[in-house]
Amino acid sequence: MSEKNIIKIKDPILSIQNLSVAYDKNNYAVKDVSVEVKKNTVTAIMGPSGCGKSTLLRALNRMHELYENIETKGTVLLNGQDIYKLPTIRVRRMTGMVFQRPNPFPTMSIYDNVIAGYKLNGIRLKKSEKDEIVERSLRDVVLWEEVKDSLFKKGTFLSGGQQQRLCIARALAFGPEVILLDEPTSALDPVATSKVEDLLTKLKENYTIILVTHNMAQAARISDYSLFMYLGELVEYDKTKNMFTNPQDKRTEEYLTGKFG
Amino acid sequence: MNSDKITRIVLYSFSFLIILVAGGMVFSLVGGAIPAIKTFGLQFIWSNVWDPTEGSENYGALPFIAGTLITSFVALILCLPLSLATSLFLGEYFRNTRIARIIGLMVDLLAGIPSIVYGLWGFYVLRPFLIDMGFENQGFGVFTSSLILAIMIIPYATSLGNEIISMVPNDLKEAAYSMGATRMEVISTVILPTARSGIFAGYILAFGRALGETMAVTMLIGNSNRVPDSFFGTGNTMASVIANQFGEADGLKLSSLIVIGLLLFLITGIVNGIGKLIIKKMG
Repeated sequence: MSEKNIIKIKDPILSIQNLSVAYDKNNYAVKDVSVEVKKNTVTAIMGPSGCGKSTLLRALNRMHELYENIETKGTVLLNGQDIYKLPTIRVRRMTGMVFQRPNPFPTMSIYDNVIAGYKLNGIRLKKSEKDEIVERSLRDVVLWEEVKDSLFKKGTFLSGGQQQRLCIARALAFGPEVILLDEPTSALDPVATSKVEDLLTKLKENYTIILVTHNMAQAARISDYSLFMYLGELVEYDKTKNMFTNPQDKRTEEYLTGKFG
Repeated sequence: MNSDKITRIVLYSFSFLIILVAGGMVFSLVGGAIPAIKTFGLQFIWSNVWDPTEGSENYGALPFIAGTLITSFVALILCLPLSLATSLFLGEYFRNTRIARIIGLMVDLLAGIPSIVYGLWGFYVLRPFLIDMGFENQGFGVFTSSLILAIMIIPYATSLGNEIISMVPNDLKEAAYSMGATRMEVISTVILPTARSGIFAGYILAFGRALGETMAVTMLIGNSNRVPDSFFGTGNTMASVIANQFGEADGLKLSSLIVIGLLLFLITGIVNGIGKLIIKKMG
């Protein structure tokens, strides 16, 4: 459909081409989506629940393959490499993921949570290297000052907002190209939410951020580009500013004005 | 009198009856144990003589305490890899699948088989097999008993382990997968550490079961009243010496058997208490 408003990006870090994902046969959660993502931006994936937002996000680090009977068609190029032709484990190391509810590993200390990616992948680091990664990642998420004296306490003792920032630090520690966040503030209170939002706008200096959200206001506040999905289809993709002031598709407009969703 | 009041009185009196029965049991057991305790004192626990000759009667519980602890502990070691693998199979790899339901049913079935049936199987199937493999003592002994005990306690360790493992939150596993962990790495760094106290409690409870297990062990251990001289030697356990000898026992011997029963009650009580405490602590 050529009349769709889908903008092109110059030198994208991530290029999704004709991506379709089906649970069971022919039950498509994502239908023929083509989108390019600009480096060092925040891109929001919006849409009503059940529209395929999370599936699209998970198809970007192949987490959707954890479910059985998944069929994926199309291409996803990350820095020019087709992630469906790379080993899954490598793809997942190139991306960081943050989930709806804060999920620090309950048996690990704050310190160990941050370097969990290295531990899980069996990478041995010197103590000084570990210290450096932990401090840098925690500083990146503005958590260092709050936890520097309790690094060896369990991460689960932190508040919800702090836990979520710890999870972001854990995702950053491995130095991913892209950070994928699946409604990262839906379990947080307003104060903690605004801290995470501030953090994301700061993090885009060094990372590319893709964020699933059902919160339009959040997308408007922090994203540079927005992508509106409906029933598995990509309806519209534009600069957030343009989409919120002048949506091209009627469905986008109805969603943004609260007629459904 | 209204019906509410009557109901209450009936419920109270029946509940009180339970206390009376339990209390009466302990009371009569302790009463029966007194002659042996008076004669042998604390030494009964570590004396390894079991001599029923009239005139020079002398009894000690060490052979049976040793037999019980050794068989149960070896059974626990043997059951560990099997039940852990089964727990992971049921609770993680094939969670909510038909094959897991079938195997889970089989595991529960194992728990329901009466002890005497295990004993028969051990006597007529396992023992000849062990004899063919070159075991001495007609295949009777500590190892044979441990083997059958291990099979008997698998369901107890497995069902709790399976339950705890399947309760590890999915988003923790996903967090690990999203960092590029393989399934094995997710199991070793996320699932097992998160579930470890529950798995441990399962083993403690299984150990408690093994301690008190009577019939199958009695049929296979060889019933020699001495501390087992080797891993494959014959011996006796606290439960099986009681089962074997209570019929023709009287006087001091009967009293000694009762003391052994009390000691067994004490040990299993402590072990089960520890297991339940761990489960309670996990919340």
